[in-house]
Amino acid sequence: MLARKVKLRILYLSIILITISAIIFFILKSLEENVVYFFSPTDIYNKPGISINKKIRVGGLVKEGSVLKKGKNVVFVITDLKSDVIVSFSGLVPNLFAEGKGVVAEGKLRDKKYFIADKILAKHDENYMPPEVSEALNKTN
Amino acid sequence: MIKNFLPNKIISMSSKIISNLTIAMILILLIGILYALFLSPPDYVQGDSVRIMYVHVPSSFIALGSFAFIGLAAIINLIFRIKFMSLAAKSLAPVGSTFTLISIVTGSLWGKPTWGIWWVWDARLTSMLILFLFYVAYMLTWKVIINHEKANKVSSVIAILGLFNLPVIKYSVDWWNTLHQPSSINLTSSSTIHFTMLIPLLIMLGGLVTYSLIIFLMKYKVELMKFKINNRKNK
Repeated sequence: MLARKVKLRILYLSIILITISAIIFFILKSLEENVVYFFSPTDIYNKPGISINKKIRVGGLVKEGSVLKKGKNVVFVITDLKSDVIVSFSGLVPNLFAEGKGVVAEGKLRDKKYFIADKILAKHDENYMPPEVSEALNKTN
Repeated sequence: MIKNFLPNKIISMSSKIISNLTIAMILILLIGILYALFLSPPDYVQGDSVRIMYVHVPSSFIALGSFAFIGLAAIINLIFRIKFMSLAAKSLAPVGSTFTLISIVTGSLWGKPTWGIWWVWDARLTSMLILFLFYVAYMLTWKVIINHEKANKVSSVIAILGLFNLPVIKYSVDWWNTLHQPSSINLTSSSTIHFTMLIPLLIMLGGLVTYSLIIFLMKYKVELMKFKINNRKNK
């Protein structure tokens, strides 16, 4: 069927490819904490080694009804529907920042419940639709 | 169909095919741009800034798809020693790398008004940048190494190594927390793009793929002819 030389090449190549896959898998696994762009509130809650005053990012949804604006300061709650973190930020939030929508806050933890952000990014989901369709969906809900 | 990509067919390929493809591409892109910029609706969250998607998403598909082909061609070339596979891969690299760059730049332009930032080092964006670097390394080896067989071997290794980056790019948004959102179009599950936006997206994809095909064919023909001439000299 296949020439012996070809079969050998396939074998060698397969071994090399599997080995490289394993190496990359272990590298990515061990670098996990640096590859994730943010921690969820539950990660913050569960993590034993999270140091206060280390620059990190927390991401999740802006909890409905939690946004409080006082002049330049804004306080809101990031939730992943299991745990919450209170975030305080002074400055401008992006246009897409809204209650019930995704957000990533960059800054430092004061303690496991309170995060002081120096940067706020809006995270949008993978749904794309016209405004009319969204309104229709909201009505049926 | 694959027989049409065999070297002899490509070398004797008439310029009429390129002209016809170009006309088709212009028509498809005109319709696509009309829908993308005017006839399609704004997004319920992003408004009109969603329209960058109609260039960004097709470019990303082409960027990944091209490298997948290049890596596959490298493997086939290494195993079966089919020479024209490496020439096809070499011909596709400029197109693929250009669309990788377009994906990164349009993504950046899209990110500023939506996320609030031009660039982040999250897994999706970083792995796309790595893809671009692999393209550059691949093309540089062909340019810098004079001996064809040597260039072929080194570039094939680079291509195969770069293949591992492709599933990382695709699944980065699933495996890790990223700023970039998860996929909206999946082979297995239903898409989360409304059809009024999905159709223009597919039209633009068709137009840009046609463009890529044209550029690829032109370069592939030249590469095949160069190879034939060089080999005749050595005989």
